[in-house]
Amino acid sequence: MKKYWSYNLKYLFILLTVWFSVSFGAGILWVEELNKIRLGGFKLGFWFAHQGSIYVFVVLIFIYVWLMNRLDKKFNVDEN
Amino acid sequence: MEVQSWTFLLVGLSFSLYIGIAIWTRASSTSDFYVAGGEVNPILNGMATAADWMSAASFLSMAGLISFMGYDGGIYLMGWTGGYVLLALLLAPYLRKFGKFTVPDFIGDRYYSNLARTVGIICALLISLTYVAGQMRGVGIVFARFLEVPIETGVYLGMGLVFFYAVLGGMKGITYTQIAQYCVLIFAFMVPAIFISIQLTGNPIPQLGFGGKLADGTYLLDQLDGLNQELGFHQYTSGSKGVVDVFAITLALMAGTAGLPHVIVRFFTVPKVKDARISAGWALIFIAILYTTAPAISAFARTNLIRATSNIPYSQVPEWFNHWEKTGLIAFEDKNSDGVIQYLAQPDLNELTIDNDIIVLANPEIAQLPNWVIALVAAGGLAAALSTAAGLLLVISTSIAHDLIKKQLNPAISEKKELLLARFAAGAAVLVAGYFGIHPPGFVAATVALAFGLAASSFFPAIVLGVFDKRMNKQGAIAGMISGISLMLFYMIYFKLGWFTHSIPPSSSWWFNISPEGFGSVGMLVNTIIALAVSRCTPPPPTHIQQMTENIRYPRRTETIA
Repeated sequence: MKKYWSYNLKYLFILLTVWFSVSFGAGILWVEELNKIRLGGFKLGFWFAHQGSIYVFVVLIFIYVWLMNRLDKKFNVDEN
Repeated sequence: MEVQSWTFLLVGLSFSLYIGIAIWTRASSTSDFYVAGGEVNPILNGMATAADWMSAASFLSMAGLISFMGYDGGIYLMGWTGGYVLLALLLAPYLRKFGKFTVPDFIGDRYYSNLARTVGIICALLISLTYVAGQMRGVGIVFARFLEVPIETGVYLGMGLVFFYAVLGGMKGITYTQIAQYCVLIFAFMVPAIFISIQLTGNPIPQLGFGGKLADGTYLLDQLDGLNQELGFHQYTSGSKGVVDVFAITLALMAGTAGLPHVIVRFFTVPKVKDARISAGWALIFIAILYTTAPAISAFARTNLIRATSNIPYSQVPEWFNHWEKTGLIAFEDKNSDGVIQYLAQPDLNELTIDNDIIVLANPEIAQLPNWVIALVAAGGLAAALSTAAGLLLVISTSIAHDLIKKQLNPAISEKKELLLARFAAGAAVLVAGYFGIHPPGFVAATVALAFGLAASSFFPAIVLGVFDKRMNKQGAIAGMISGISLMLFYMIYFKLGWFTHSIPPSSSWWFNISPEGFGSVGMLVNTIIALAVSRCTPPPPTHIQQMTENIRYPRRTETIA
């Protein structure tokens, strides 16, 4: 059971690092540097602030759901 | 058909739909009333959460705000969506496992103290009341603009409708009307966006058209950067706020979103922990559809607006300009009397003032779309305002009937009486919200934006610590919440309302260059530090509480551990 929780914390740490990097990182702190790169009609930093981070957020939640459902089964704590 | 007839028709149809749903989904128990019986399908709950969350401000004002802010508008886009990641990962599954009705319930039980519960109730009421007044005002304004009735009449109509389905149906009625309201509002938001994207860039998907090329072969955003610079504004893709402030505001909005009681309570309505996790994902998808379209609308609308007005003789302005001039949302003052509109960044030369809200409201007319599209925007704006208002009213009524009376003043109350009381409290809350909607106190506009700061500096750390720190005790949590929210209130009153100094202090005197909107981040940090420090100097929580904290971490496990 301790292991279940430490896996959970590990997943949270990784996912929240990505969460932080795309929004606070790419969208705010590194925006000037990234703006030198272009993605079609977008400057990359601007794209992260106005579009990209939102897409990543959605993907993150679904990865979390998938990881946790797998973990629940592995430790036999899923509800059924 | 005329715009007004279309508006009456579409608004009337959508209202009868909401009333029909309310009658069909009446609540028969307190569990129905508070959490829709805890049996809402996770996808539908995601849709209801999206409607609950997206208010009149998201629907009507956000695209306009971003249109004038450019890059800086990203604080709203990232802040109001990134909060769902925190909600899904740190709060929703654990609160569902805990399995009660409200946020003060969790605070009161986890911190084994009625004082903590009361602090929770005060925070919930403070956040929800300021927020709901803004929604009622929004309903009044939409009615006033589209149906040309006085704002008061609009507020009364909105009150009547919310009263009907919130009081009758409770959470169950609200959930199913919110699902219908989501469909209405997203349709109303997307139709004009798609039309305009095709007109400007030839791409039917606004998110792609945003980065697409205009008819002359240049990229939309490059052209917009150029237009902005010509007129003396900063480039559209760069900002004017400081990095520290942008960072702080984004963080405060994220944590605030995750700490808003009317959003959290939606995750009590699904059957399982698993459902709570996935439901947050669906909610964010439904929200992201609007939130990734909004910045595209902002860029399209700004391009159209500059082209249609800048250096154009006043006698040749399009019809919509004169129409919206009557409402005061757009105004032209010919300072140099040359009969030509000069739209410039410099305030003493600029001749055009534009209200944020006009971007969404007038967008269909600017793009010369058919009348029914214009009417659809009215129905969508009303759906957004009503769905949020109903969710907030429920939090207020639950706080009073359940958290205050059932849990503290009169635990012996029967279920039937509690249900009656909850209905009565919801009714009273509608009246208070309506009163504030008709006579908005000056501070409401300021506080609605700051409700996030209040939620971030009070609930968010208290709940996260309650789940992740088993050693957290009542002394720590109470000290943290009180210091966090007091500091936030102080900063807001001092720098936003200026009550202590008789004038609002300039932005140069802000602490750490952080605006009142972003100060929730500091409040949250202070809350966390004080809670941790105090809890380590006071006795640990009793064993059964530690057991409870352990239990909510696992989706299925209730047995006690030795």
